[in-house]
Amino acid sequence: MQQLGVAEPMRECEYSQISTRSSTPMETPYKKRTPKKRKWQAFPGRNKFYCNGRIMMARQTGVFYLTLVLILITSGLFFTFDCPFLSVQLTPAIPVIGGVLFVFVLGTLFRTSFSDPGVLPRATPDEAADLERQIDVANGSSSGYRPPPRTKEVVINGQTVKLKYCFTCKIFRPPRASHCSLCDNCVERFDHHCPWVGNCVGKRNYRFFYMFILSLSFLTIFIFAFVITHVILRSHRQGFLNALKDTPASVLEVVVCFFSVWSIVGLSGFHTYLISSNQTTNEDIKGSWSSKRGKDNYNPYSHGNIFTNCCAALCGPLPPSLIDRRGFVQSDTPLPTPPTNGITMYGSTQSQSHMAAATPLMQSEPVILTDEASLPGRTSLGGPCSGALPLGGQPTPPTSTPNLSCDNGMLPLRNDHSEALHHHHTDGVHHHFLTPEEAPSPPGMLPCGSPLGHSHTIQGFYNPASQDSLHEDSVRGLVKLSSV
Amino acid sequence: LPPQFHNLQELRQSPSLATKVFIQRDYSEGTVCRFQTKFPSELGSRIERMLFEDTVKTLNTYYAEAEKVGGQSYMEGCLACATAYFIFLCMETRYEKVLKKISGYIQEQNEKIYAPRGLLLTDPVERGMRVIEVSVFEDRGSSGSSPSSNVSSGISQR
Repeated sequence: MQQLGVAEPMRECEYSQISTRSSTPMETPYKKRTPKKRKWQAFPGRNKFYCNGRIMMARQTGVFYLTLVLILITSGLFFTFDCPFLSVQLTPAIPVIGGVLFVFVLGTLFRTSFSDPGVLPRATPDEAADLERQIDVANGSSSGYRPPPRTKEVVINGQTVKLKYCFTCKIFRPPRASHCSLCDNCVERFDHHCPWVGNCVGKRNYRFFYMFILSLSFLTIFIFAFVITHVILRSHRQGFLNALKDTPASVLEVVVCFFSVWSIVGLSGFHTYLISSNQTTNEDIKGSWSSKRGKDNYNPYSHGNIFTNCCAALCGPLPPSLIDRRGFVQSDTPLPTPPTNGITMYGSTQSQSHMAAATPLMQSEPVILTDEASLPGRTSLGGPCSGALPLGGQPTPPTSTPNLSCDNGMLPLRNDHSEALHHHHTDGVHHHFLTPEEAPSPPGMLPCGSPLGHSHTIQGFYNPASQDSLHEDSVRGLVKLSSV
Repeated sequence: LPPQFHNLQELRQSPSLATKVFIQRDYSEGTVCRFQTKFPSELGSRIERMLFEDTVKTLNTYYAEAEKVGGQSYMEGCLACATAYFIFLCMETRYEKVLKKISGYIQEQNEKIYAPRGLLLTDPVERGMRVIEVSVFEDRGSSGSSPSSNVSSGISQR
C-alpha cells in the first residue's frame, strides 16, 4: 500500500508499533550510537541466559550438572564395558537401542532445561497503571497501605476459578499460571520448579519434561536389565566373583540404576496420571480439583477422556516464547515510573520472604500463594519420587540453608535471607514437600555460576524503558519469536 | 472518508498519545487465548462498535485456529517427538505461522481502519498475550483535549 501525502518516511517516530515497509536500517543513525542490548540482558526475572539468549535456565544449575554427569557416566560405562560383551554374546541391537534411548534422553533433557517454560512477561507500566486504576475503582480505597490482595473470579466450564493478582509481575495471572519464587517469574500452566533439570516446568516444556522422564525410565531399566544379564552370563563362565572383577563398572551401574529406577519410574507414573487427568503438579498437591473439596468440584480443563487429555498435552500445539529473549532493547524515552513502584518493591520482597507475621494481614495471602506455587517439588506421591536420581537420602535436612550459598558472590544478602526464610516457612507448613526444591544444590557441587552466564539476579524491577521497547519491536511487520 | 490522519506515517509524526485502552483476556473458555469482545467505553466516540468487535472476533478466531488440537497438530507433535524435538530447530510451528498471519492482519486493520481514526492496535504478542493495547491519539490539528471534541473539530475542518 502506498503512502499518501508523505514525502519520506518519518524518522522521529516514538510509537512505531507497526513497521513501515519503506523504512531502512539506516534511517535512525542516532539510535545506533549506544550499543544495543538484547532483551535477555534486561530480563527482570532470576534466570540465567547462555549463548546470547538462546538458552535460558534457572539461577541454580548445580543439580542439573549432577543429572547430566550421572546420565553420561552411567551410559558411558554401559557402552564401554557392557555393550561389547553383550553385542557379541547376544545381539548388536542392544547398543543400538541403548544409543537411541540415550540420544533421546539427552535431547529431551536439553530441551526441557534450556527452553522457556512459558514465562509471562511482566506488565508494561501503562498496563500496570490501568489495572491499578481499575482495582482502585473496584475497591474504592486509596489508603496509604496496600489494599487487600486482589482476585478476580471467572467461570470456566461451569467451575468458578479465582485469578490472583501477582504483585511482582503486576498482572492478573491467567488460570493455571503460577509465580515461581525461585525464578521470580509467572509461568503459564506452572507444573513445578525442577532443580534436576535446572528450570521450571510449565506449559512450553512440560511435554519435553515428560518425554525426558519417560525415556530415562526406559533407559534406566534397559541398562539395569542388561548389566545384570551381562554379569549373570559372565558368572556362568567364571563364577560370580571373577565376573565382578572383570567388570567392576557394572557394579556402579547397577547401584545407580537401582536407585534411579524407583524414583524415575515412580515419577513417570505420577506424571502419566497427571497428564491423563489434565492436572498440574501444583493443582494436584493443592487438591484444587479433588472431590474432597466438594461434590461439585471437578477439573474444568479436562477434555473428558484420558486419550484426548494425553494427546492434548503431548501433541498439542507448542506456543512460542513470549519473552523474545534475543530481540534488541530499543532505548525509548523512559516512561514515568508508575505510582506503585515503591509498593511493588515492597510487594516483591514480601512475596519472597515470609515474614507473614510482620506484614499487615493483606500481604499474607499472596505470600503464601507464591510459596505454595513454587513448592511442589517432585514429591507429591510421597513414595519413590522424592529422591529422584540416586542420592539415596537426600543429604539436605530441612533446616539447612547453606546450600543456597552456591551463588554467594552473585547474590546480595537480601535474597539469601529471604530464601532462608522461605526455607523455614516450608518446614513448618509443607514439611514433606521440602526436599529437592528447597535444597537445589547439594554442598560441594560444581559451581553454579557459569562463566558464560549473565545472571539477572536481583534486579527484579524492570527498567520501564526496556519494557516499553517491546512496543517498538514489531520487527518490520513480522514478529520474530525465538523458536525455543 | 475524511480522516484526520492520512495514514500510519502521519500518525507517527505527531505521537501525542492521549490514553491507552486495554482489552483484557476472556478466560471463560479456559486457558485458550481469547480476548473480551465487550466494547470499551473509552473508545465509544472514536470508532464504531461493530468494526471494533469484528476485529476482536477475527483475532479470537485466529488464536483458536493456532491452538486447535486436531489432525495437523498431532502430526506435528508426533513428528517432533520422533526426532527428539530437533526438528523445531529448522521448522516453524503452526502456531508461529498463525501468529505471523495475525501480525499481518493487525497491520492491515491499523492501516485501513484504526489509523484514520487516530487509534493504533498493538499486537498482543508484544504484550505477552495478556491484552490488546489500543493507543488513542489526540487529534494533532486541534488543541482540544477530549477525543470526542477532536473528532468533531477534525471533521469540521475538512
